[in-house]
Amino acid sequence: MTNKLFVSSSPHAHGGASSARIMWTVTAALVPAAAWSVWLFGIPALQVILATVLFSAAFEAISQRLAGKPTSLTDGSAVLTGLILALTLPPGLPIWICAVGAFVAVVVAKAVFGGLGQNLFNPAMTGRVFLLIAFPGPLTRWLVPRGTGAQLFDQPVTAYDASGGIVELGSKAVDAITAATPLGLLSERGAHAVAALSQGQEIFIGQMNGSLGETSGLLLLLGGIFLLIRRIVSWHIPVSFIGSVAIFAAITYAVDPAHYAGPAFHVFTGGVMIGAWFMATDYVTSPMFPLGKIIFGVGCGVLTMVIRLWAGYPEGVSFAVLLMNATVPIIDRYTRPKKFGLRRLTKGGSDA
Amino acid sequence: MRDATFAGGIHPSYNKDRTSALGTSPLAAPERVYVPLSQHIGAPAKPCVEKGDEVAIGQMIGEPGGFVSAPIHSSVSGKVAGIEPRAGAMGIPVQCVVIENDGEDRRSEHDGAGDAWEETPADELKERIRMAGIVGMGGAAFPTHVKLSPPPDKPIDTLILNGAECEPYLTADHRTMLERATDVVAGARILARILGVARTVVAVESNKPDAIQALDGAGAEIRTLAVKYPQGAEKQIIDACLQRQVPSGGLPMDVGVVVQNVGTAVAVADAVIRGRPLTERIVTVTGDAVGSPANLLVRVGTPVGELLAACDADLDGAAKLVLGGPMMGFAQTTPEPPVTKGTSGVLLLTGKHVDTRPPAPCIRCGRCARACPMRLVPTEIGRAGLARDVEASRSADAMDCVECGSCAHDCPSRIPLVQQIRLAKAAVTEAARRERGTR
Repeated sequence: MTNKLFVSSSPHAHGGASSARIMWTVTAALVPAAAWSVWLFGIPALQVILATVLFSAAFEAISQRLAGKPTSLTDGSAVLTGLILALTLPPGLPIWICAVGAFVAVVVAKAVFGGLGQNLFNPAMTGRVFLLIAFPGPLTRWLVPRGTGAQLFDQPVTAYDASGGIVELGSKAVDAITAATPLGLLSERGAHAVAALSQGQEIFIGQMNGSLGETSGLLLLLGGIFLLIRRIVSWHIPVSFIGSVAIFAAITYAVDPAHYAGPAFHVFTGGVMIGAWFMATDYVTSPMFPLGKIIFGVGCGVLTMVIRLWAGYPEGVSFAVLLMNATVPIIDRYTRPKKFGLRRLTKGGSDA
Repeated sequence: MRDATFAGGIHPSYNKDRTSALGTSPLAAPERVYVPLSQHIGAPAKPCVEKGDEVAIGQMIGEPGGFVSAPIHSSVSGKVAGIEPRAGAMGIPVQCVVIENDGEDRRSEHDGAGDAWEETPADELKERIRMAGIVGMGGAAFPTHVKLSPPPDKPIDTLILNGAECEPYLTADHRTMLERATDVVAGARILARILGVARTVVAVESNKPDAIQALDGAGAEIRTLAVKYPQGAEKQIIDACLQRQVPSGGLPMDVGVVVQNVGTAVAVADAVIRGRPLTERIVTVTGDAVGSPANLLVRVGTPVGELLAACDADLDGAAKLVLGGPMMGFAQTTPEPPVTKGTSGVLLLTGKHVDTRPPAPCIRCGRCARACPMRLVPTEIGRAGLARDVEASRSADAMDCVECGSCAHDCPSRIPLVQQIRLAKAAVTEAARRERGTR
């Protein structure tokens, strides 16, 4: 009888939180936005999601096997990485390129650092940036959303056949129809090309082209608020990230509205919503303490805007998040909470 | 006024509903009691009886072994059967005075000061408390008279009576406040007189409105505290009530405060007014393997197994036996250890509460740091502890940890942070000993 009693260090009660449940909850919060992209782009979107999720899971299992660790696919971490990666990629991206992205994300960015919890850089962001640099063509071919005619945002669309040649819109050989994204238009044609867009609801609801998860700001915001309510993310990073993008855009827009787009445009196009709620908030690669989170969020927002406005790429969220990932150890070091017992004694005054 | 509280902390499942409404019932004294000679922090008591001696309730059977020590008294009347080691609550055997109970409940003669205590010199009151063997009854069991003897350069202006009872499951203090409100207040007044303080605050969590009402009726200054763990930790309760932070490495007296548990105050009233030494206490017996949970008035030295048997506990179906609360209590291998002056609860839990899966990797979610009432970074100390890295343990402020368990309770990876931090603290203590030795 007496041998059956289990002895361990206190505490003997646990709150029930689990890493796996956190990962799956974040995954669930992304499902509406992912479903929206499938509705918007059809099979080419579904194909990217399935490819990155399955390859991420497979690479995770293989690398854990090679490292002699127990496989932990049920912890949801690889599936979540795969889903976030998918949402940063354009619909219709060839499956083998998706596989390369999953490999870089799960194996290069995570497993070789020692697996979950040990990586410095956000795995999905690393995978995406690698693909963007290695395959710039396929990574910037943006399919038009359903219901698009000959023009999108007052610009003509481009039709391709199966071998990648440009063909007449309406011809039988058309395999894919693409058009510039709002951020692409801003980068190439200037603020006047997106002036009308900035006023419309398309960018908020997500009736536009782009990466799978860049489309519906509304659904991403709802997913983010869900995570906020479930206390999985705190407000610090999303608010400081989105807020600094908005303030940066408001200032530049106020200085020169002919040249720069306004805050609503910058907040609801591209990767700001998904980046601020789902990528910059990745526990492993973001600061642990409130002040550090705010510094990190502001850094992400400012870098995003600097890249968007003055660098060679139309979008900068993934670069901004990766650059800020590198600063996390030093941010954590200088933003530690003050331990209890350092506050000066207030003699007498508190006796009211 | 808003409920007072502190920064950090957690909201565990309190599980107090099964026992909070149950009045205290006396547990029949067992045939044999095993009264440990060390039931307190400090030097063990020295036995002052021999095998074969007749003893009565309240008779001293162990003398204090030093200033930071406490005497031990018999909790039954009968014959000393021997002085021998028995399994203790901390996992190592402790010397116990074993007494055969004759069932007559004879009391040894003691003088109570009665109402005259108000004219009795403070030093004499303190000596009565010391000789009554009173120790902190919240769980730490620190000798009370030591806390009542601050050095002259540490003036005390406030006494806080701790009725927070923030540990889940436990309702012993709650019942004490309800059933013995007058003695809580009387004990507090005696303590205040000894310390010479003008102000006494009784601090109670807001989930015990009936206790607040009972004490209010008895004439106490009440401070309602927010329901949060570890609200009853000494440093946190001072911060909540008075907005004073005990400095790192310091004691409550450094900020002019002494904190005593409400149960201790009752023991003080019993000792000073009625001349009764501390020989029994209220113990909450509960947990999901206990059929009829109860708040029992138990003779010190009663084996825990007797309490479980009286409460219809399913020891065979249980997976964990804890003395104290679930957050800071000690897991036991057997039900043999005797109840001591510091035993506030006996928890018998089923396998539902035991998780033998290996911990998952740390994902840096920061919940441990958010939970920490000492505002430390538990993962950092834990890592240093696992590596037995003295420097890293020191710079992570391992010694500031109060081992409340909030971090581990909230860790989604179920990392045994308290255990790891204890390794860090042990490494620092060991290194400090070595450094002293070489000097």
